[in-house]
Amino acid sequence: MMDLNTIWFVLTGVLLIGYAVLDGFDLGVGISHLLARNETERRTFINAIAPVWDGNEVWLLTAGGALFAAFPPVYAAVFSGFYLAMMLLLVALIARAVSMEFRGKVDAQGWRRVWDWGFGIGSLVSALLLGVAYGNILRGIPLDNTGHYTGTFLDLLNPFALLVGVLGLLLFSMHGATYLALKVEPELRSTMPARATRLWMGFVVFFIIVTGATLLTSPFLFQNILGSPLFWMLFILLLASVLLYPIALKSGRYALAFTASAATIASIMGVSFLSLFPRLVPASNDPGFSLTVYNASSTHVTLSVMLIIACIGVPVVIGYTVFIYRVFKGKVTLGPDSY
Amino acid sequence: MDTVLLARLQFALTVGFHFLFPPISIGLAWLLVIVEGLGWRKNDAEYVRIGKFFGKLLGLTFAVGVATGIVMEFQFGTNWSEYSRFVGDIFGAPLAAEGVFAFFLESGFLGLYLFGRGRVSKGAHWFSVLMVAVGATISAFWIIVANSWQQTPAGYIIQNGRAELVSFSEAVFNPSTLVRYFHTVDAALVCGAFFMAGIAAYFLRRQREVPFAQRAMKVSIVFGLVVSILEVVPFGHEHARQVARTQPEKFAAIEGLYASQTGAPIVLFGYPINPPPELKAKVEIPGILSWLAFGDPNAPIRGISEFPLENRPPLWLTFVSFHNMVILGMYFIAMMALATWMLFRKTLWNNRKILSLFLWSIPLPVAACQLGWIAAEVGRQPWIVYNLLRTSDAVSVTVSGGEILFSIILFGLVYLLLGVLYVFLLTRKVQHGPEPLHSSEVPA
Repeated sequence: MMDLNTIWFVLTGVLLIGYAVLDGFDLGVGISHLLARNETERRTFINAIAPVWDGNEVWLLTAGGALFAAFPPVYAAVFSGFYLAMMLLLVALIARAVSMEFRGKVDAQGWRRVWDWGFGIGSLVSALLLGVAYGNILRGIPLDNTGHYTGTFLDLLNPFALLVGVLGLLLFSMHGATYLALKVEPELRSTMPARATRLWMGFVVFFIIVTGATLLTSPFLFQNILGSPLFWMLFILLLASVLLYPIALKSGRYALAFTASAATIASIMGVSFLSLFPRLVPASNDPGFSLTVYNASSTHVTLSVMLIIACIGVPVVIGYTVFIYRVFKGKVTLGPDSY
Repeated sequence: MDTVLLARLQFALTVGFHFLFPPISIGLAWLLVIVEGLGWRKNDAEYVRIGKFFGKLLGLTFAVGVATGIVMEFQFGTNWSEYSRFVGDIFGAPLAAEGVFAFFLESGFLGLYLFGRGRVSKGAHWFSVLMVAVGATISAFWIIVANSWQQTPAGYIIQNGRAELVSFSEAVFNPSTLVRYFHTVDAALVCGAFFMAGIAAYFLRRQREVPFAQRAMKVSIVFGLVVSILEVVPFGHEHARQVARTQPEKFAAIEGLYASQTGAPIVLFGYPINPPPELKAKVEIPGILSWLAFGDPNAPIRGISEFPLENRPPLWLTFVSFHNMVILGMYFIAMMALATWMLFRKTLWNNRKILSLFLWSIPLPVAACQLGWIAAEVGRQPWIVYNLLRTSDAVSVTVSGGEILFSIILFGLVYLLLGVLYVFLLTRKVQHGPEPLHSSEVPA
């Protein structure tokens, strides 16, 4: 039986994976939007995510809240340590959000161009920064014995973290292009399968590079997991979904391709979370200073209360989220209420 | 400048700007529950148009509120890491609960409400706006829980260098939660009422969209009168009584009571100077404050001089913000009562002065929310958690003053732009007016 600390490690991980799978395609659509060829495409791309992106972003907010509640020292150390990067991420997320709302409000080409850039660059920068932050956690960051970050902003821009940033960018772009292939009419998606295939190739190349780099940079991640059946299950799921993706794409089965890209994101994150456990933030200078689910958690009282909240709330959330996605099922059409 | 002051300025900027939008969203969402309900049940095309038109304005307001709200979820960690370490065991749970119980609900159903008209049944569409309103109102509950725990902490012990949760129900329902919640949510309803009434007044004044605007005006004025009165009695009154009992320094500061006395007066006007604490040009009525706070005109109340200097909140800002909020609260009741009376006398539709006044009153309830929030937060100083943790001990130790200054400038510029664009787009949309219904949308 898992202890409460482990349960909250898993739940926080599930929230982060939920965010990456759901808002991941929103960010990817934003990146594709930069390459759209005409006004119809641009408008259609935005409206493909219009009803759902906000709910998807809530996964990130809730993951932040869960981290604060379950592991306050991690929330404090990472967000204050990554201060400037966090500020840039917040501005990028703000730009992405308001650009969609503002874009269609004035019928002038210059106005729309401004918000096209806001939406596209905001999405791209968000995707990149999230990946860079992820890379830094996998690599470990310098911490003192009270769990405070001792590095600088420039330390965060190390080659390994940047590699993971590019990997994340490729993965989200691929996921978004797949979503568009699924959601828009055939004449608008003509470029999507080819683009998604190229992104997949880029992803595979970078995935191999990052895996190799991880072996060199963070050997500690592989110490305890190679004997774990769960690790191998996730790893096989990862391989299977990566290999299935181009086949599904080529045969025009976009729902299957989208499932495969979602499974790729989920399993790649699952594998890395499993390797991190029980660490939440490895200390790069001294493994003993790492923040773990045991030395950086809230009390069992709080973890229990939060578990009750999650058990009541999450099934309801999943229920109406599925309902809302079903309402907007099918190809996106532009109507009077569209952006 | 020192990092504590910079961090406080940064927080004031980001929270203050964010807090312009949720009160309008909450108030407007509940009014839309009413008008969409009327449109659906009465099959009245004008109510459907009101729903569509104000629904778009809700979408715009909500988008800016959501975008600026992301910052809130993370900046306790970025700017107040020592606070986060100290209170995380208690303060994090309401934030997580807000995500699970409120954010998903309001954002999910907002998408359905704004983009799902025609895709779901009319009843289901009405249900979606109801869920937006319910979600936004639940969201307010959890954030008020978190903030009230800072004001009147309960259900914890200090152990292992932090506040640890002992009783979740005591922490959630701490002595100030419910009174502050009702006062804050009702203030949001006042914001929504003046927002809708002001925009309806704009159309009436120009004799445009008269049947549309008259309906919107009627609903928002009757609703506005009820919530404006409730805001003062009982909610404002009960909140003040709670502050008098649980936070005597704050009470003395906001009321301008500088020397302890029995039969304390209510100050109608004054200009605080400090040090030593003194009210210039004071106009007061003896005994009223004691009577209001403790039900006895001779009850003793402690003045600010009784508290050690290092535990006193700033006097000028708390007094001025609180008193201006109260003045605005009285103004809202007067406006709504006058308009309701004129509605029954059938003189409202042609009174251009009153209609103009309504248009220009749109920002005032939002200003009152800001003033009330300033009184509440500045009145808690020098504590970030009352009597437990000083604000100066709560800032992030690893973040430099320069970094905070950079973020103040960054967010200052972004928010300035957002504020200008919001007002520009809102004005533009209102000037453009509501769209005619499509033939498929006209009720049979």
